[in-house]
Amino acid sequence: MPSESEIDCEHPDTAREIKLTGKLVDEVLELCNENVFGCYQCGTCAAGCPFIEEMDLTPDEVIRHVILDKKEVLNSKTIWLCSTCFICAERCPRDINITVLMEALRQILLRLSIDETEITSLSEEEKRKIPQMAFVSLFRKNIG
Amino acid sequence: MTETDVECAKQDEPSQVTATVEIFIMGKRYDVPIGFTIMKAIEFAGYQYIRSCGCRAGFCGACATVYRKGQEQKLHFALACQCLVEEGMYLVQIPFVPANKALYDINDLAPEDNTILTIYPEIARCVSCNTCTKSCPQDIKVMMYIQNSLRGNIAKAAELSFDCIQCGLCAMRCPADIKHYHVSQLARRLRGKYIDPESKELNARLKELEEGKYMDEVDEMMSMDRDIILNLYKKRKIEAQGDLDEGADA
Amino acid sequence: MLYYPGCTLKTSAKNLEASAIAIAEKLGYKLVEMDDWNCCGVVASLTSDDLMHHLASLRNLIRVEEQGQDKVLVLCDMCYNTLKQTDIRMKASQSDLDTLNSFMDEESDYKNTVKIMHFLEFLRDEVGFATLKKKVKKPLKGLRVMPYYGCMLLRPREVAIDDAEDPRILSDLIKALGAKVVDNPYKIECCGSYRTIDQKELTSRRAKSISSYASTHDADLIMLSCPLCQYNLDVRGKEAESMYDGYSQLPTLYFTQLIALALGLDVESLGLDSHAVDPAPILRKRGVID
Repeated sequence: MPSESEIDCEHPDTAREIKLTGKLVDEVLELCNENVFGCYQCGTCAAGCPFIEEMDLTPDEVIRHVILDKKEVLNSKTIWLCSTCFICAERCPRDINITVLMEALRQILLRLSIDETEITSLSEEEKRKIPQMAFVSLFRKNIG
Repeated sequence: MTETDVECAKQDEPSQVTATVEIFIMGKRYDVPIGFTIMKAIEFAGYQYIRSCGCRAGFCGACATVYRKGQEQKLHFALACQCLVEEGMYLVQIPFVPANKALYDINDLAPEDNTILTIYPEIARCVSCNTCTKSCPQDIKVMMYIQNSLRGNIAKAAELSFDCIQCGLCAMRCPADIKHYHVSQLARRLRGKYIDPESKELNARLKELEEGKYMDEVDEMMSMDRDIILNLYKKRKIEAQGDLDEGADA
Repeated sequence: MLYYPGCTLKTSAKNLEASAIAIAEKLGYKLVEMDDWNCCGVVASLTSDDLMHHLASLRNLIRVEEQGQDKVLVLCDMCYNTLKQTDIRMKASQSDLDTLNSFMDEESDYKNTVKIMHFLEFLRDEVGFATLKKKVKKPLKGLRVMPYYGCMLLRPREVAIDDAEDPRILSDLIKALGAKVVDNPYKIECCGSYRTIDQKELTSRRAKSISSYASTHDADLIMLSCPLCQYNLDVRGKEAESMYDGYSQLPTLYFTQLIALALGLDVESLGLDSHAVDPAPILRKRGVID
């Protein structure tokens, strides 16, 4: 039985205490059926990731955090840089769908009403020219 | 809605045999006559409306209400002034929807593809669940007008939302917090101002008014006796009705 | 033939829709927009417990069945990917389908009969590039085209219309049109997708990374299929010019626009002036347009 944790981490933007009951990996596995424990840290996912240069944690480091119950991974920039391109998922030699793992981590926060994007903060010019599909997909990823 | 002290037992007069139904208002049980609207039934039970009440004619959208029937799983939505009571109705009244209306100047807008999206970007959050459509007391295809707003079809959004009375039930239920009735109002305003052809006759008449063409008649009426005005009103000709006898309802 | 346009084809990608309809007609197919479609949701629902975000796609598939069709062509890559992923989930799990059918009690039930096909796939598998080649009136000789796929037609593998690591479909198409292929290792990298909104500069950097190969290999333009890729490489790519000294963004064209040119269709109908980086000069230089 997973035991109740103390304050697990504070989200930097909202200064909100994120309390998860039990281990992070269990929360993640509820949202995706991936065998994260199969990861052997080869780094292939990081090698193919389009936004790797900006990420504070590489995808394989994210997996390691999940396995080791390091809940500060929820505060990383990485999960919000992901563009769900599926390259990591397709190339992983252990067949781990890292894309859905990233989605699970985002969803843990979104389902606590911790949104990444505030709709009203977008500029006029951006809203006028950017294609509909970008808004629809961004809001699905970044707003709960 | 405030309660008065009228007891519902007073309704049972032997000489008045009216078929009744059992309803619940905010948890209390009442027998009310069949054929009453929800609004009339609630007032019959002794309540006095101080809000959520307006035109009583199905037009203003103030009396939006949510209820269930008996042990049914689904919730139902209606306008209290239009919907007739049914057996087992479990009624509550809801406050108006505190949905934020965007601030814009209609004169600064153009009817472009992204205009509505720019003012209300949350329409991109629509998941096509149709909950709004199912909540609408006016049978409007709410989801479809939001979809048309998203893809820049302003005219179609205006057309589909024409019957909207801004009751707010759609906005209350939407999982994406879209304010449908504000969005559709923008669509209708854009269409009316920029898309539909201008009425030359209207413009001409407005010009006449601005130039004061009718001021003499107005001044005359302003100083008229009330009885004379009433008489003029009774004798007025209503074009569409053709020849009408004198004495149209005062 | 019923097609699903998607929201963006009605706004910033009108030229993709117009050119697709025009070339289909030239090839003997009438593309008819399906009735009462709604936004597909653009990205697939990725958590195992989330059914709600499949609704948008599923409702469209019900519409196709209602219109008596068992196939729908899709013009937008992301719409294709989303519709297809929902379709796969519905075919894999009857209980999920039952739940969604029951939720959508105002609709008829989806019976899992619809085949979803991307327009590019349709051209390769049902029209055939050989047939297409025969109908080419103005071969794009001398034009050096860099194919760019992006993600959505290739990944995840359940939806892929070609090999995910080394796809050939665009190269084969370019050859059929008479142009030269500038193959490149960046053709399957992500353009940045929706990060174009909250990571504008990074998306410009993506555009530069993907497109730079072209300049060192003398490509004239980039051929692509997805409206969001087009926006990112074109608009954000142009913005990269002011971020990086000496960088010049290559023009981008949809595969449908290039096919239209090769089939001898009217240039005015291609909407070339809506591009941020004008393709007309290079097309003129290579004698593709006057």
